[in-house]
Amino acid sequence: MGIKIANAVLAVIGGIGGAMILFWLLNKLAESLKGRWEDRVKPWMFAGPAILAIGVYLIYPAIQTFQFSFANEDSTAYVGFKNYQDLLTDSTFLLVLLNNLLWIIIVPAATVALGLGVAVLADRLRPKGEKISKTFIFLPMAISMVGAATIWRSIYEYKPAGTPQTGLLNAIFGLFDKGPFFWYSIDTLHFNSLLLMIIFLWTQVGYSMVLLSAAVKAVPEDTIEAGRIDGAGERRIFFSIVVPQIWPTVITVFITVLISVMKIFDIVYVTTNGAFNTDVVGRRFFDELFTQGNNGYASAIVVLLMIAVIPVLIYQVRHFRAEEAMR
Amino acid sequence: MTSTGTFQPGVGAPEEKPAQVLRHSKTGSGPGSATWPVRILVIILCVLWMIPVVGLLINSFRTGDEQLASGWWTVFFSPFSTQWTIQNYVQVLTTDTAGVNMGVAFINSFVVTVPATVIPILIAAFAAYAFTFMEWRGRDIVFVVVVGLLVVPNQVALVPLLKLYNVVGLNGTFLAVWLAHIGFGMPLAVYILRNYMSGLPRAVIESAKIDGASHFTTFWRLIVPMSVPALASFAIFQFLWVWNDLLVALLFLGRGDNTILTVALQGLQGQTGAGRELIASAGFVTIIVPLIVFLSLQRFFIRGMTAGAVKG
Repeated sequence: MGIKIANAVLAVIGGIGGAMILFWLLNKLAESLKGRWEDRVKPWMFAGPAILAIGVYLIYPAIQTFQFSFANEDSTAYVGFKNYQDLLTDSTFLLVLLNNLLWIIIVPAATVALGLGVAVLADRLRPKGEKISKTFIFLPMAISMVGAATIWRSIYEYKPAGTPQTGLLNAIFGLFDKGPFFWYSIDTLHFNSLLLMIIFLWTQVGYSMVLLSAAVKAVPEDTIEAGRIDGAGERRIFFSIVVPQIWPTVITVFITVLISVMKIFDIVYVTTNGAFNTDVVGRRFFDELFTQGNNGYASAIVVLLMIAVIPVLIYQVRHFRAEEAMR
Repeated sequence: MTSTGTFQPGVGAPEEKPAQVLRHSKTGSGPGSATWPVRILVIILCVLWMIPVVGLLINSFRTGDEQLASGWWTVFFSPFSTQWTIQNYVQVLTTDTAGVNMGVAFINSFVVTVPATVIPILIAAFAAYAFTFMEWRGRDIVFVVVVGLLVVPNQVALVPLLKLYNVVGLNGTFLAVWLAHIGFGMPLAVYILRNYMSGLPRAVIESAKIDGASHFTTFWRLIVPMSVPALASFAIFQFLWVWNDLLVALLFLGRGDNTILTVALQGLQGQTGAGRELIASAGFVTIIVPLIVFLSLQRFFIRGMTAGAVKG
């Protein structure tokens, strides 16, 4: 125990101190160069370590992953497109894709809609009430998915019939002589996936609410006043005047949630571990990599995920460029 | 994710915007305009949102037998006949249950999180300075790559890293996780800090230059002190992200002596016999630190969010 803490302290001191010395040395090195070379080299000295970290931990492994996706399970021989063929003709994997698609279709839109709804409602309270209610809704954002799944046991838990039900949902159904139901096993219309999505929404709506509330408050009052003078009702004002002006924020929230949903892993892993037809790409990837030890399949899954992310990536870069141009 | 366009990142959190003061509270939707149905609706929402947490909290203080015998909500009908106990916490923090000691995992979580939060800040700050205040070839291209990497899922790096760590024997060590989190957090760190720095008044930096200050001095004496809000934003993001992470910890630390809270809590979930009564208290032990960090530093967190932070 003592050794661990000492280790961590050492890592902080060594990491920070080491980085300081490194930058100091790099700076000295750049300054020792003559004239124009100093200006040419110095930026690379400043940005170099960060670029190195990104290169070593993201870019280079990404390229390797691409390579591995065409290789066998222990990455010793190339197998062409076999991994992709296997996966895309495997009916269980196609179900995984379908589940992910459901997450993608439902969750980002629901997060935006709920967050906006709560924001509009809470903004009408007096400042104190607004602050308190927003804190309550926002709070789950700090909780890990593992924590959230644990917390939601108090709602979803199932006990065999005849024993006391300790999950709130089954207790409520019990009042009407229904159930008990093993909720996570009900895959009719992907009901169990919906239950998992609710846990995820519970953690994310606060995020959406805070961003959208800030955006709504930044809408200039005179545009709303103008609408009012022209005789528009509250609803019309909201959808025709407020919503267009907060649209960039809506997109931001949507994309942020979209990305986290595409790679969702923890929540499914902790609750059902992919059973009962709730599996998603992130969990299947972990399964192939860690449990099955199949680097080829795992890499191919990541490459498919990457391909799905590309449109978002393009949007992201374009949006950034447009914003830079406006600076 | 990039900034929302509406806010200068970090320059005044949105909640400080005076816009709402201008609202006419009588004409519809301003603060204090809530009618009773709206108030009641918000109260219901807040209650709904808190119910699961309250359930966990109540169960964590009940004996194993009581947890099994009745739902957590029954304590509201008989708060005095309930046998409240802190035994679950004592047991979960001090003994090995199903091979997991949450007390040790708690320490491990700190050991993993603190260096993984603190170390990237300095590296990213230097880089952000170079991206903001220095002219160099390739600068814009490199930064666009950083922006793009914000949305790239970390999964892209995991297969080769696991392989590499196996070869060099880093699997199961804290160093493995620290380095991974430093790398994965770097694009976000550089992005947040660069966004913030480019909103700083140029005149101050120019005058420092005229006074003969080198980049190095300008960075330490001017930019770092001025960037404290952005540094704090990133620190909170990274702290929460690393503390709450399951995937990286599962892959690189596993379930041995170095296991962290999220992995340990996940391991407890399957318990049906002994140890089952400890799940609630273990859950609370896992979430308490991020909750405290979050509640006490909410302002910085929101500031970071409006600066448009997303992590792939």
